[in-house]
Amino acid sequence: MLRKINDNKERLIHIGLFLIAMISVLTTAGIIYTLISESIPFFQNVSLKEFLTGTRWAPLFQPQSFGVLPLLNGTFLVAGIAALIAIPLGLGSAIYLSEYAPEKVRKTIKPILEILAGIPTIVYGYFALSFITPIIKFLFPQANIFNALSAGIVVGIMIIPMVSSLSEDAMLAVPQSLREGAYALGATKFEVAIKVVVPAAFSGITSAFILGISRAIGETMIVTIAAGATPKMTLNPLDSIQTMTAYIVQVSLGDTPHGSIEHQTVYAVGLTLFVITLLMNILAQIISRRFREVYGNAR
Amino acid sequence: MLLSIKDLSVSYGKNQALKNINLDIEPNTVTAIIGPSGCGKSTFLRSLNRLTELTPNTTTRGSINYKEHNIYEMDPMEVRYHIGMVFQKPNPFPKSIYENVAFGPKLNGYDNNLQEIVEESLKKADLWLEVKDRLKDNAYTLSGGQQQRLCIARSLAVKPDILLMDEPTSALDPLSTAKIEDLMTTLKEHYTIIIVTHNMQQAGRVADNVAFFLNGELIEYGSSEKIFTKPFDKRTEDYITGRFG
Repeated sequence: MLRKINDNKERLIHIGLFLIAMISVLTTAGIIYTLISESIPFFQNVSLKEFLTGTRWAPLFQPQSFGVLPLLNGTFLVAGIAALIAIPLGLGSAIYLSEYAPEKVRKTIKPILEILAGIPTIVYGYFALSFITPIIKFLFPQANIFNALSAGIVVGIMIIPMVSSLSEDAMLAVPQSLREGAYALGATKFEVAIKVVVPAAFSGITSAFILGISRAIGETMIVTIAAGATPKMTLNPLDSIQTMTAYIVQVSLGDTPHGSIEHQTVYAVGLTLFVITLLMNILAQIISRRFREVYGNAR
Repeated sequence: MLLSIKDLSVSYGKNQALKNINLDIEPNTVTAIIGPSGCGKSTFLRSLNRLTELTPNTTTRGSINYKEHNIYEMDPMEVRYHIGMVFQKPNPFPKSIYENVAFGPKLNGYDNNLQEIVEESLKKADLWLEVKDRLKDNAYTLSGGQQQRLCIARSLAVKPDILLMDEPTSALDPLSTAKIEDLMTTLKEHYTIIIVTHNMQQAGRVADNVAFFLNGELIEYGSSEKIFTKPFDKRTEDYITGRFG
């Protein structure tokens, strides 16, 4: 006997699954709506020019000042230090895993690297404050207890697995025939890796870097714990600074009344952060699409 | 004798791909390696420049003497400078045409007369006229046949003695195939060519000598004329007349 198929039931399932898929889309739309709608009153009080070009950030003190550059400065200082750590170490470990490691070693190390990605960021934060910071203080006694260097190093360590894993995927996608072509010309293993595989995987590796840096920019817990709460225009990594994310935490946990201009700053800073990471993610996508290497006839 | 192979056996893990191969290659000849799929002919070719070592768990026994030196006692990188290789599918690097040809000489530390080497190699590979105005273009803008000649130019740029070719025309159209076959005949004046081919007609057209492999063994080796007209072994005859393979 044939099963009787209930068309209405099928349609309901279809609609239900569609709605589930829409939840994340709607959430994103909701977040953007909130960020923008809450930022509008802020920008009615503070000009966009003052916000984007002002070099003093002091919404919580008198006289108030709303120049976001010190927060951007802090964010990019930490992200820059993180990139200096994560790019060479991430790329190095990707080259090792993709080109050098025997299958067995690769299968052991890769999951361990990925565990790093699963450690809660609060743990990293305390690791920065209680392990890295004392070392920095020992080496540079003039360093502040809360400093950009410690947070930057640990954010860098945190994004290594991401940079490494995405770069490795790009390198594994390079056809074996290109490696053989280089070996057949007398290249050493290192020359094959550096002169053929890495350039051939360039687009994937670059987008891995950008996504890693984007992740560093958005990182909150480590910088809140270890980098300080002093918005400052500085390039000195030993200084205490404040990032955009850490500022948002500070105000969100504080007792600024809802609707006050102090509270609205959170949304303006949040919107700025959102735009930056969005642009970086789009850039990563463009690079990996536009510059995706087509390996011709090679397998 | 340019290349003298003695008791060569190659195994991948427990799987023996070549059994006690003995073969001598004369300079300035084209030698075709023929045989059905899985007979070990590609393995044989790859053992001649030690590319077999890229496969994990490969063991090689016996010796291959290149100008009286056992290549298995030489530095593999040096072996590959002298014994170049062109692959089944064109595999140019995702770089410019110029950079592809200059790649090998650059590894070798040449840098003052690179331009000259690139031009000379492209001319030898009969590609110069087609690409001389677009050397900066990506190699993948070339057609498949041009890419394969680019790969030949790339191999010639390191000035090898011997050129190994692993079914170099199997991915190409008849016209491109004809060009590469013509090229082999001209290259023979300066190089020694060993080519693996599935195509009996091709072997007949280009080769001076033919080696027939079956199940990892060298069944018969002789002048192309003799192999194709009066093969000594029944299995060779069956294969070249198309009774199996």
